Parts: sequence; structure tokens; C-alpha cells
Amino acid sequence: MAHTWEQILTEHKTTMLQIEDLHVSYGGIRAIKGISIDVGSREIVCLLGSNGAGKSTTVRAISGLETPQSGNILFAGKSIKGWAPHKIQRLGLVHVPEGRKIFANLTIRENLLMGAYHTRDKVVLRQLFERVYDTFPILASRSGQLGGTLSGGEQQMLAIARAIMSRPRLLIMDEPSLGLAPMIVANVFEIIKRIRDEGVTIFLIEQNVNVALKIADYAFLLENGVVSLEGPGYELIEDERVKQAYMGGGRSNN
Amino acid sequence: MTVPLDFSFAFQQLVYGLTLGCLYGLLAIGYSMVYGVLRLINFAHGDLLMVSAYFAFFGMVIFQIPWPVSFIGSVLFTAILGILIDRGAYRPIRKSPRINALITAIGVSFLLENLGLVLIGGRPKSFPLPALFEGSFVIGAVNVPALSIWTLLVTLVLLVVCAVVVKKTRIGMAMRALSRDMETVMLMGIDKDRVISFTFALGSAMAAAGGIMWCMKYPAVEPFMGVIPGLKAFVAAVLGGIGNITGAALGGLILGLIEVLFVAVEPDWSGYRDAVSFFLMIVILLTRPTGIMGERLPD
Ligand SMILES: Nc1ncnc2c1ncn2[C@@H]1O[C@H](COP(=O)(O)OP(=O)(O)OP(=O)(O)O)[C@@H](O)[C@H]1O
Ligand SMILES: [Mg+2]
Repeated sequence: MAHTWEQILTEHKTTMLQIEDLHVSYGGIRAIKGISIDVGSREIVCLLGSNGAGKSTTVRAISGLETPQSGNILFAGKSIKGWAPHKIQRLGLVHVPEGRKIFANLTIRENLLMGAYHTRDKVVLRQLFERVYDTFPILASRSGQLGGTLSGGEQQMLAIARAIMSRPRLLIMDEPSLGLAPMIVANVFEIIKRIRDEGVTIFLIEQNVNVALKIADYAFLLENGVVSLEGPGYELIEDERVKQAYMGGGRSNN
Repeated sequence: MTVPLDFSFAFQQLVYGLTLGCLYGLLAIGYSMVYGVLRLINFAHGDLLMVSAYFAFFGMVIFQIPWPVSFIGSVLFTAILGILIDRGAYRPIRKSPRINALITAIGVSFLLENLGLVLIGGRPKSFPLPALFEGSFVIGAVNVPALSIWTLLVTLVLLVVCAVVVKKTRIGMAMRALSRDMETVMLMGIDKDRVISFTFALGSAMAAAGGIMWCMKYPAVEPFMGVIPGLKAFVAAVLGGIGNITGAALGGLILGLIEVLFVAVEPDWSGYRDAVSFFLMIVILLTRPTGIMGERLPD
């Protein structure tokens, strides 16, 4: 074999999600001002930024909840700009929204079934349930309870489990660590890594820069609707600008 | 008391009250269902009662189709009309403030009533009563019309059907989810408009069932016949806790009983019958806006 590992890796590296010069506005307010982001297959790519930077707006545009003004969004090489959210989801682009958004009035089992709404095959469904109950035993033991009775951390687990039930190719998670204790955050990130290792591409939105950069293959820093910095996770974690803006204030979660 | 209140008299009134209550309940279930999913007070719901009455009337009288086929056809057509009303009137303004949808709903209601007036005319038409629903049973001194028993049966069966659909089926699960969080339902890969269409179809079919039962009891079909029952059904839905279908049926029963008993106790006050319902609604809205079975919503 004449190929080096480097070559093999670059040859097999395909782009799962490609955002090209995206602009999104709310009425007259420009929230996203021309950003371009590539998310490679089977990678964990992070989008970092402080409150109001435009992280949620970006992912809401990707999953079809907001209509971009201009630019393009390609999923597995296909433009999905302007598509309805349910059609985008059915391609395998699954978005776990900010604040988890579990269905409080549905049972935990029903919440999971909502994720697998289009899976009619009983065998596949049973396998999916086994898989998520295996990863999140707490959900199995409380499957008949209403989603609203779960704690914040458990709700985040349910939100991730519900997304797994959709059999994603790309999983977009908007601030999964929000409001969780450091122990739980570590747990959630461990699970995210495991999902990636099973072959799912992860696009992770975070403010928790310290933790996020440790598992990120690549990261983008969003400031006021533009990408101000990008690079591999290990590079950004050493970057003075990142250190100053996000880690200096003693906001450590380790 | 102007009327002697003996046991059979009371029981007789109970029969009438329950029958009227079932009719209100049938209408209220659909009202409540649409509200529960969309947070939309579909003022045209009562007019669907009128439309279904015309469908059944035309089927039986004009086209001479056997009554069971006419009835089922009427329910189906009314369900389709419900879907079309949503698509034509409510879907285009789904993202607008709720008040716009409410005004549109009132517009749809006027449109249906006046279409009826223009196309068919205002003269009431007499709704034929199929032989199956004729006659009555006499128990002691109490007269129980066969129609009352049928009305009760139809209401119970349809209530159970609706409850099972909402609680046990896949689409019912999506309806419950949609009632709380439309955006996240879309993120589950679910076409929200299909769920909404289904809700309108089911709610409208219930209105049609109510409309047909109504016509057999009050057999005058005319374009404005749905107005008062529609308002009463709304009161019943509020009474039971709007959004809750069992509550709606219960609210209907209670309202029917209150109205009938009010008049039975004091016949001179029969002119205030409708006022009682609306007074009741105001009291509920002021004291317990979530109704008997309604849950508090976090919005
Ligand atoms: N529905 C909306 N209407 C108007 N402006 C909005 C809307 N949603 C967001 N914005 C504005 O767009 C900008 C970006 O918001 P966005 O929610 O994308 O930020 P974010 O990076 O996700 O912040 P956070 O970390 O607080 O979640 C903010 O200035 C915000 O006020
Ligand atoms: Mg956000």
C-alpha cells in the first residue's frame, strides 16, 4: 500500500453539511451575516459563541425552522435551502433544539416514538428501543411516566435518545450542556462521542468552550453573526482569543 | 314551584336533559379537539352541523339514497369540508397572531351561513325521521324516546372512538404533541399540516354526527340552525375544560341538564334558557377558566 494514513483519511473525508455564505434576518435585524461552515462526515464539529452570537439562528436555518435570506445549505451534497423542516429531518438531518423541547405531556416512551414516527417496522423499532434503553437505562425504568416529570439532565438524555430514534446521519445539538451540572455535562459529552463513534456526524453548538473543544475535531467561533475564528479543536483550545473570551472568566466546567 | 315535582316528572326531565346534553357534547368534542391542537376557536364549527344536515337531507330527500348511506356520506363530506376550510382559510394565516385566525373563523361561519341562504334559501326544510329512530319506550310514567337512546349510544361510542384515537394511536400522539409544541413536532419529521388536517376531519365528522342527531330531534333544516348549538357547544367545551374531549362531552351533558331542569322548575323562565348557558360560561371564565377537566397550560 502506497497510501499514507493521511492520504487515506483525506480521500475518505466527505462533507456532510456545507453552509455557503448564509444570511438570516429577523425582520430588519440581521442575525447571520454571511457565514460558511463545512461539517465533515463522521466528525464532531463545534459552533461556539456567546449569547446572541447567532448559533441557534444558524442551526434553525439548517433544519428549516428559519428561512435564510441568501446563501446555500447542502446536506450530503444536496441543497436543502427552503425545504420544510419535516422533509429535511427525513433525509437524516436531526436537530435537538435548544432547551431540549421534550413533549412534557407525552410519556417517555411516546417521546421516543415521536422520534421514530416514520419507522413502522416493528423489528427495527424494537432494536431502536433496545439501543436507547441500553444507553440510557433511566429512560427504560421510567418509560411510562410523563416527560415533564424528568429532571433537566434526564430531559437532555431523553432529547438525545429521541434523536437517536430518528436514526440520524447528522445530529445537530443546540447547547446540550445548558443548565446541567458538570458531572452530567461530562456524561452527555461521553455519549456524544459514542454516537460519533457509531458513525453519526455531530454538529455541536456550545458556549461551554472548555468541554466542547476537547471533543471537537474542528470548531468555528461565531461572533455577531460572522465566523471570527476556525480551526481544529486542539488549536482553538490554545488560542489566546478563545482563552480570553471564554475561559478567562473562571467559567470552567471541569 | 309552579309544577309538581314528583319522581317521574324529574326522571322525564332527566331523559330530555341528557338527550340535549349528548347533542351539545357531540358538537363540543370536535370544538374542543380543534382548539386543543391549534388553539383556534373554530367559530365555523356550529355551521358544520348545518352543512351536515343539508348533506343528509339532500341525500335522503332529493337523491332518494337510503338513510344509512346518506348519513355516512354526510359525515364524510363534512369531514372533507372541514379539511378544506382549514386549508383555504386557516393554513395561510397559521403564523399570524391568534386573533387573525379567530376573525377568519367568524368570517368562515358567515360565509357558510350565507352560502346556504343564497344557494338553498332560508325556508326551513323538514328533515325526515327514519323508522328506526321513531317511537318510544314507556317506563312507568316516563316516556323514553328511541331517539334519546340512540343519541346516547352514538355519543358514547363516538366519545370512546375519539378518546382511543387521541390516546392510543400514532396520529393521536402527534396531535397531543402538536398541541404543545408545533416546532418540535416538525423536527420529528412529521408534516404538521397532515396532523392538523386529520384533526379537522375528525372534529368535523363529530360535528356532522351531532348535526344529524340534532336534525332528527329538531327537524327544521335552515342556514342558521347551527348558530345557537355552536355557541352552546362552545360553552360546553369551556365548561369541560377546552382542549379536553372527555371534558367536552361532560360539559355538554351538564349544560343540557341545566337548561332542561331550569325550564322544568320554572317554565315561565323558558325565555331565559339560552341566557343561562352564557351566564354559566361567564362565571366559569371568571372563576375557573380551565373548566372542569382542563389542565393548566404553561403558556
Ligand atoms: N425570533 C426572533 N426575532 C427577532 N430576533 C431574534 C429572534 N431570535 C433571535 N433573534 C436575535 O438574533 C440574534 C441571534 O440569536 P440566537 O438565538 O441565534 O443566538 P444564540 O447564539 O443562539 O444565543 P444563546 O447562546 O443565548 O442561545 C440575537 O440578537 C437575537 O436577539
Ligand atoms: Mg441559542
